[in-house]
Amino acid sequence: MVQFSTSRLDASFAALSDATRRGVLEQLGRSDASITELADKFHMTLTGMKKHVGVLEQAGLVTTQKIGRVRTCTLGRDQLAEETAWIEEYRRLWASRFDALDQIVEELKQKETLDGRRHTD
Amino acid sequence: MGEGTQTDSAAGKAKTTAERTSDRELVVTRTFNGPARLVFEAWSKPELFQRWWAPPSFGITLISYEADVRTGGGYRLVMGHPASEQPMAFFGKYLEVTPPSRIVWTNDEGGEDGAVTTVTFEDKGGATRVVVHELYPSKEALDEAIASESTGAWPEQFEELDELIVTLEAKG
Repeated sequence: MVQFSTSRLDASFAALSDATRRGVLEQLGRSDASITELADKFHMTLTGMKKHVGVLEQAGLVTTQKIGRVRTCTLGRDQLAEETAWIEEYRRLWASRFDALDQIVEELKQKETLDGRRHTD
Repeated sequence: MGEGTQTDSAAGKAKTTAERTSDRELVVTRTFNGPARLVFEAWSKPELFQRWWAPPSFGITLISYEADVRTGGGYRLVMGHPASEQPMAFFGKYLEVTPPSRIVWTNDEGGEDGAVTTVTFEDKGGATRVVVHELYPSKEALDEAIASESTGAWPEQFEELDELIVTLEAKG
């Protein structure tokens, strides 16, 4: 079972609980946009949009980069979630190997027991 | 235990844990119900090793395996996977083989970014605790290994996001 970081999940859910923020994600899925463009698109003040983008950024869903006077928003890679998923896959690979290794160790044990009996007989 | 530790919850089977313990290290642990010399034997005898290294449940097939399991010896493994048209070759050198407690090898297929893998077998009164430790040359090398092997980062994440959004919207 994957143990996700609860605070991380909470942040993602909180970020997605707002219709405007979901709209922003959809919009950024089509193309990157500046905060000004997003504010216009969603008929909001710049300050209001900055807050929404901040929440999305905190949740790792969006990354922003300031070039000159323009802050551009991009759908962010959630690296922590990616790493967690990768490690879980890596663990599953080893677990599968080790389940098979378990059986071989069991065979070797039984063989040893049998051989031991033969020697003592 | 760290936040990143992941374990098996399947009943009846020993737990396998995996954790990124530092910028450069991955650690996998498992306890086997048998003495260290037998677990070591299953790991170091090629005819036994090839029976468990490529789990069919992962779609991996072992195409060939040659190994000279002793300090200074080498190995070459060729495996196939449906996602990859070409078979993948894994090779390296054994830096240390100390029965029945320790095997250390290099993973040279990745060039200079390859990890050094150390496996230790600790006897625990009839049981054996196995620790697999993979040490990468740098944080970047491990990050890269994770990034390049992760399963199609973007499209999948979007699907998940879509599902989340649909769920949330349904809840209104």
